Amino acid sequence: MTLLAVERIKLFTTRSPWWCTLIALVLTIGFGALMAGTSDEAIAPLNVAATQFGYGFGLVVVMVMATLAITTEYRFSTIRATFLAVPNRPSTLVAKATVVAVLAAVVGEIAAFGSWGIAGAIKPNVDLAINTAYEWRAVAGVGLVYALSAVVAVAVGVLIRHSAGAIAVLLIWNQLVEPLVQLIPRVGDDIHKWMPFNIANKLVTGNPDPTTRDVLQGPPPSDAVLGPWPAIGVFAAFAAVLLGIAIVVANRRDA
Amino acid sequence: MIEAVGLTKSYGKTLAVDNLSFSVPTGRVTGFLGPNGAGKSTTMRMILGLDTPTGGSALIDGKRYRDLHQPLRTVGALLDAKWVHPNRSARAHLQWLARSNKLPAKRVDEVLEIVGLTAVAGKRAGGFSLGMSQRLGIAAALLGDPQVLLFDEPVNGLDPEGILWIRKFMHRLAEEGRTVFVSSHLLSEMALTAQELVVIGRGKLISQSSTEDFVAQATENTVLVRGPQLGHLRTALGQAGASVRDEGAGLVVSGMDCADIGELAARTQTVLHELSPQRGSLEEAFMQLTGDSVEYHTEIADAPTPATLVPAGK
Repeated sequence: MTLLAVERIKLFTTRSPWWCTLIALVLTIGFGALMAGTSDEAIAPLNVAATQFGYGFGLVVVMVMATLAITTEYRFSTIRATFLAVPNRPSTLVAKATVVAVLAAVVGEIAAFGSWGIAGAIKPNVDLAINTAYEWRAVAGVGLVYALSAVVAVAVGVLIRHSAGAIAVLLIWNQLVEPLVQLIPRVGDDIHKWMPFNIANKLVTGNPDPTTRDVLQGPPPSDAVLGPWPAIGVFAAFAAVLLGIAIVVANRRDA
Repeated sequence: MIEAVGLTKSYGKTLAVDNLSFSVPTGRVTGFLGPNGAGKSTTMRMILGLDTPTGGSALIDGKRYRDLHQPLRTVGALLDAKWVHPNRSARAHLQWLARSNKLPAKRVDEVLEIVGLTAVAGKRAGGFSLGMSQRLGIAAALLGDPQVLLFDEPVNGLDPEGILWIRKFMHRLAEEGRTVFVSSHLLSEMALTAQELVVIGRGKLISQSSTEDFVAQATENTVLVRGPQLGHLRTALGQAGASVRDEGAGLVVSGMDCADIGELAARTQTVLHELSPQRGSLEEAFMQLTGDSVEYHTEIADAPTPATLVPAGK
């Protein structure tokens, strides 16, 4: 508990988490409003999934926040001050990942329900009630994906230690490598089905309710073969393994 | 008590610290002296568990730093005053440190008071001058009221007022019975601050002694003797028990003062052109001791004295 409190103080006494939170919320909720405002009942009526259109953009910002939470510690050597105060490096890094993940989850839930809420306010006549399991996952699942992605970002930050490098790796991976891997002839599609962020995306976009889901609406659906919950389980395991590797490396490396 | 036994650190083929053994006695100020690049910082980082030694070990009161429970209560360290997030306030920086070792929150205000930063406690640490950063670093080191304190080059880059403040502070800590281990590349500074000296060069131990002994040895008086024919005098000096070495055309005599040498010269009927006492400075002695172990020599003829050469640190 002490270490969680320490990491909480550290996180909220700098500015970048506040800015990133604000940007993530403005982006996601802004896209929710945009989707609601531009939806045309005649062509493609607004639905719950469509309100979450901006979730992928928010995810990027949340990962930047999570990366900065650790790389700025290396940048300003406060990681050394931390290891002096708490020589147990694994506990410290787990506490850091936990605090960042919790913030990411909170941001994700506010973003998701904020987007849904603003869409409902703009189009009060459209039925946006969250009824099915799919609709619940499409909204409430955002926080979980953000939280686990934040853990991945912390792990990458520990391994790379430089803000620019770590953020570049995460963004190139998430935004370029995963979509572009599909272009590889024959095997590309099969590889893509097992890419980590694509798998995570399955929780939010997977197994749509065929009556309400339109591919043109909402975030691009995942083509992962796993079901939504096994998929997020695999992504959680991936995040845990990556964090484990980062902790082993940080524990052996000179601070 | 800090004890280093066979401490070794190599980076690839470079040996930064080479089989270093020394001890820092309890309740005294021990200076850790060596030229830039001698391995002082690396040694301190190994003592504090930040870097893993390639060989040997460093123990604080018999324990490895990483095995200490709530280490800030046992050891306070200031390795670099800039280890602070620039956008975090001084108070917030101390708050998370205090929390990490379950120290009461009011201790933060106490240490801020001790180092005189109360007025700027809410300001972002990135805007601090070096002197203020140094004070903040010392406040952090004092948080847990530790009996052992380590400071790496604490006066580096400070203005005279800041240096004086640090110096007084070290004395105060020692008077309170704490163990202080402070590194510097300035012997003159250490002569004023430290009671014990651990001197290293190129990662190896050169000497460990009390500062008094070191200074006595360092400022040993010699006499320069010049003359056209010094053969007889040289023999007589040797017989009288003085040690003699050649320097250019003259002799440098130690263990005998000018008067005695003059008498001897008269007895051996030696013509003297010069008979002058030489008093080596601390810096010269330090250079003599560590001269071979300075990593990066500058090939400047008639180089200025080290005291004026060395503003930079790590």
